[in-house]
Amino acid sequence: MDTFVHQVLAGLATGGIYASVALALVMIHQATHLLNFAQGEMAMFSTYIAWALINAGVPYWAAFFLTIGFAFVLGLAIQHFVMRNIRSTSVLQLVIVFIGLLVIFNSVAGWLFTYTIKVFPSPFPKESLFGQKYLSSHELGAIGVTLVVLTLLWAFFRFTELGLAMRAAAQNPTSSRLVGIRVAWMLALGWGLAAAIGAIAGMMVAPIVYLDPNMMAGILLYAFAAALIGGIDSPGGAVVGGLLVGVLENVLGAYVVGNELKLGVALVLIIGVLLVKPSGLFGSVQVTRV
Amino acid sequence: MNVPAAMNKPLLDVVDLHAGYGLTRVLHGISFALAEGSITTLLGANGAGKTTTLRALCAMIRPQGQVTFDGQRIDARATEDIVRLGIAHVPEGRGTFVHLSTEENLRLGAYVRKDRAAVEQDFDRVYGYFPRLAERRHQQAGTLSGGEQQMLAVSRALMLRPRLLLLDEPSFGLAPLIVGELFAILRAINERERVSILLVEQNAAMALDLADHAYLIETGRVVLSGTSHDVKRNDAVRASYLGY
Repeated sequence: MDTFVHQVLAGLATGGIYASVALALVMIHQATHLLNFAQGEMAMFSTYIAWALINAGVPYWAAFFLTIGFAFVLGLAIQHFVMRNIRSTSVLQLVIVFIGLLVIFNSVAGWLFTYTIKVFPSPFPKESLFGQKYLSSHELGAIGVTLVVLTLLWAFFRFTELGLAMRAAAQNPTSSRLVGIRVAWMLALGWGLAAAIGAIAGMMVAPIVYLDPNMMAGILLYAFAAALIGGIDSPGGAVVGGLLVGVLENVLGAYVVGNELKLGVALVLIIGVLLVKPSGLFGSVQVTRV
Repeated sequence: MNVPAAMNKPLLDVVDLHAGYGLTRVLHGISFALAEGSITTLLGANGAGKTTTLRALCAMIRPQGQVTFDGQRIDARATEDIVRLGIAHVPEGRGTFVHLSTEENLRLGAYVRKDRAAVEQDFDRVYGYFPRLAERRHQQAGTLSGGEQQMLAVSRALMLRPRLLLLDEPSFGLAPLIVGELFAILRAINERERVSILLVEQNAAMALDLADHAYLIETGRVVLSGTSHDVKRNDAVRASYLGY
């Protein structure tokens, strides 16, 4: 029983990280109607920046916030210099741009920081917190950080004028311009926020999976599964999906398929959702008149 | 062009406006003027270029020609900047943010305004004009009826506190009773708040009753203009647009 509780709780901890990446995917999807395949590599690259800062002697939390700032600017820059200049509306061509970004970030990280696996520090204490034995303090801390990020984001989109304008710009760019919203800025802001969320997820997961240029490959797959389960157009769904995938992955890995086939769980989930309920748990069904 | 004599310095002055979509030219040199505080209507059949004119005025499509608003050239400006001068556009198809609530739609209408306190009061002002919207304030706007969405579109534009309101077929798809109500409110807005209105309508009879001045557009050109009173009595207009 103890192991089971541990597996579920640890699943929630990694699930929170999947949820963050899934949320970043959903944000970009709402603006572009595409999945950003480079989301994971952007997070990985930002995590390397944090690693470099910490190695240069910057205190952890300072490096943490500097990295969030770096990721935000990186996201802005990708929208401003790359995505904005692509006039093509062909899905296939845009997907190739995303894959191109993925490969670029991956190779540049390998070139700058080598492919050697690195230890990434956790800001949380070594001994477990609150006298409980189920979760390491890093897992508990990661859950806390994820909750704070999700709450802040929710409040931003729900209560601020800028958040409302971003939602409007993603939904209806033409009407947004007619009320004076600078749609291109809102898109850039969306990219910046998505990249920043990804960076936080990267810094939270790196102490668990260790830092290397391919660190986010598996996590991105879990995040895809999470976003699809929740419904690709539902931010709340992405969070629920992330937690669900985290728990399923851990429990199935421990009791059913074994550790080696854990990633397969994500793939089965993706295919299963697409076959059975393509709109996900909370997504809206798209009806097109032909 | 036949600009009314009283109009020394019009609020909106359009000279030789050309625009189109891709290679298709729709407007072939439209000229008209609109006096501050007036209601002016553009009449014409389907495809004459009325909607295109409104779109060109607020740069939803690139205009060629000279458009002056309150003494400033606006024909090279972006839509977002034209809005900031106080031009609100109620577009064809209403432009509802369907996934947002009624109240959020209205809040977006006031997006460029800085006077927060006055914006809060303006919610009550537009709910005063359209009490139905107050009842639906937390409802998702996409679930409103066509008439309610039209009221929402007009209200969203009013939230800007515009100097000029561009209305594209506000009567489209509405029951006659609701059209009557809507037009009465438009008149009230014009008289009480001195909002100038440029109205594009297919319902020529109603438009001419509301407007002071009218321009008749055919295939991208102004073919007739004058006070509504005069235009209403023109034989060609009566035969083609008013049906008597």
